[in-house]
Amino acid sequence: MPTTTAAPTPTTSPSAAVPTRSRRIPALFVGLSAALLVLAVLSAGMGQLSVPPAEVVGSLLHHLGLDVGPVPAHPNGDAALWTIRFPRVAMALLVGAALATGGALMQGVFGNPLADPGVVGVSSGAAVGACAVIVLGLTFLGPWTVAATAFVGGLLTTILVYATARENGRTEVVTLVLTGVAVNAVAGAALALLTFLGDTQEREQIVFWQLGSLNGTRWPYVAVVAPIVAVGIAGAVLVARRLDLLALGERSARHLGVDVERLRVVCIVLVALLTAGAVAFCGIIAFVGLVVPHLVRMAVGPGHRVLIPASALGGAVLLLAADLVARTAVPYADLPIGMLTALVGGPFFFWLIRRTRRSAGGWA
Amino acid sequence: MSVVLEALGVRVAYGPTTILDGVDVDVHAGQVLALVGPNGAGKSTLLSVLAGDTVPDEGDVRLDALDVRAIRLDELARRRAVLLQENRLSFPFPVRDVVAMGRAPWRGTGAEDDDDRVVGAALATADVAHLATRTYPTLSGGEKARTSFARALAQEPGVLLLDEPTAALDIRHQEALLVESRDRARAGAAVVVVLHDLTLAAAYADRVVVLADGRVRGDGPPVDVLTSALVSDVYQHPVDVFTRPGSDELVVLPVRTPAHRPVAAGKESR
Repeated sequence: MPTTTAAPTPTTSPSAAVPTRSRRIPALFVGLSAALLVLAVLSAGMGQLSVPPAEVVGSLLHHLGLDVGPVPAHPNGDAALWTIRFPRVAMALLVGAALATGGALMQGVFGNPLADPGVVGVSSGAAVGACAVIVLGLTFLGPWTVAATAFVGGLLTTILVYATARENGRTEVVTLVLTGVAVNAVAGAALALLTFLGDTQEREQIVFWQLGSLNGTRWPYVAVVAPIVAVGIAGAVLVARRLDLLALGERSARHLGVDVERLRVVCIVLVALLTAGAVAFCGIIAFVGLVVPHLVRMAVGPGHRVLIPASALGGAVLLLAADLVARTAVPYADLPIGMLTALVGGPFFFWLIRRTRRSAGGWA
Repeated sequence: MSVVLEALGVRVAYGPTTILDGVDVDVHAGQVLALVGPNGAGKSTLLSVLAGDTVPDEGDVRLDALDVRAIRLDELARRRAVLLQENRLSFPFPVRDVVAMGRAPWRGTGAEDDDDRVVGAALATADVAHLATRTYPTLSGGEKARTSFARALAQEPGVLLLDEPTAALDIRHQEALLVESRDRARAGAAVVVVLHDLTLAAAYADRVVVLADGRVRGDGPPVDVLTSALVSDVYQHPVDVFTRPGSDELVVLPVRTPAHRPVAAGKESR
């Protein structure tokens, strides 16, 4: 103890650190919002049919009834924007926000910064639900069918993981990751069976869906995903304060007045909802929920009241950027976005595991 | 002073193992009650029952004459605070935020306006004000314990339940913690503290409850309860109790002669 208190910094840093952090929070939100707007306009304009940013904004404003700015010069420009690009941009925002919020929520309720719907297999569970719809040709809820079955699949997996991976109110890293391995294996088997059962066209659909892509997004899909994600994020913001207290452990949270059992149920449903919304039309896009909350925590600390909205915003920015790369990196090819996020997220996860192992002193 | 918290005929069993067997304890406002006894005596379980965490198989727990399980959790959190033996934190919150979590039960009440003052006072009392911006995982064990104590103080409860709060603390901070506990009691709170250091218990407690094998073996002022005979019997090791020269303070010391080599017997069950 003498060595830590004798460190020369404490006399200066405490007074300086507080305003720095509190100034960082608005800076983060302003920065992310600005990045979101710029990326959205850029992304909508880029592609095989290029529309300059000014014309993108102009087209938007004209559709809103404001005759300001230039309209797209290309004869098909306006149509391309409104039937292909804008729904895709909107979907990227929604899915990114849903994945990152789901990750932050899951980490909070598991008390473990490595929890992520993709890693623990909730995305795979939701995928089984969605692929079942593709193969069995279910349409009982119209356009909502895939989202509903994905939600059921995601909910069942979340409950399973939650029930098995926790011990005394928290989840050890090893247990969490191994549970994820087991769940992903079983879900993989179910997906393999569905692939086997499906005809050629269904198989192709399943394979592309597993790779994760925003290709072919239409407004009706956005109309299904938007309310799901909105409810999920709103719910997450409402439980944020209680998640802070849950970081003290279940008993201490209870001593501070938190109904832990109810909080658990609410969080599990919200995670399943957000994952289902993200997965329903775009397939599995992994690691967004792991990377984004982690970066936000590094920037502004672990308080969930900031973490959750900032993660939603950050996730939207990240997925928008990833989708832009997916569409434009290789000419005339639409790369699967799930592949891109895994390519970056996998090594990041690896680094995170090593760091957690070091700081926690072993695999705790 | 009036009884604020009482356990009546409490029995707790996990499978065939009986942890508490017919325990009656009444906690008075204005008193520091020390709960002592050997390992596995049921001290932590009794604290957990008093806190409303563990539902006893038999018996009742009443806080302010109400069944503790019938009180809403947020209302309960405004009346009593609990400091557990082990205080871990899943995410690296700064110390000030951890202490401010103690104010959570008061959100939406008039007392919320006092948050900053209360948190500041709690940080100062527990001697962690200089650590306010450090993150919790970077603290030493004793600093973590003091931060957690500050969080319990910030809750401003009428009943304070402390499970071995001094275990990780140095002498100065042990004394400071118990002085603060006694001050809170003098100001009207009821304090229950689990202690292993019987000299410390004798110095600060108004009342000592000795627990062994899930039963109350002694209950009363330290001078009456902490006798050489009872303590030696309960701990199964000869213990001397005498008064400090020049004062009436009790000193409790184990006998340390080769003839009384302590046996690492099978009592250390849990």
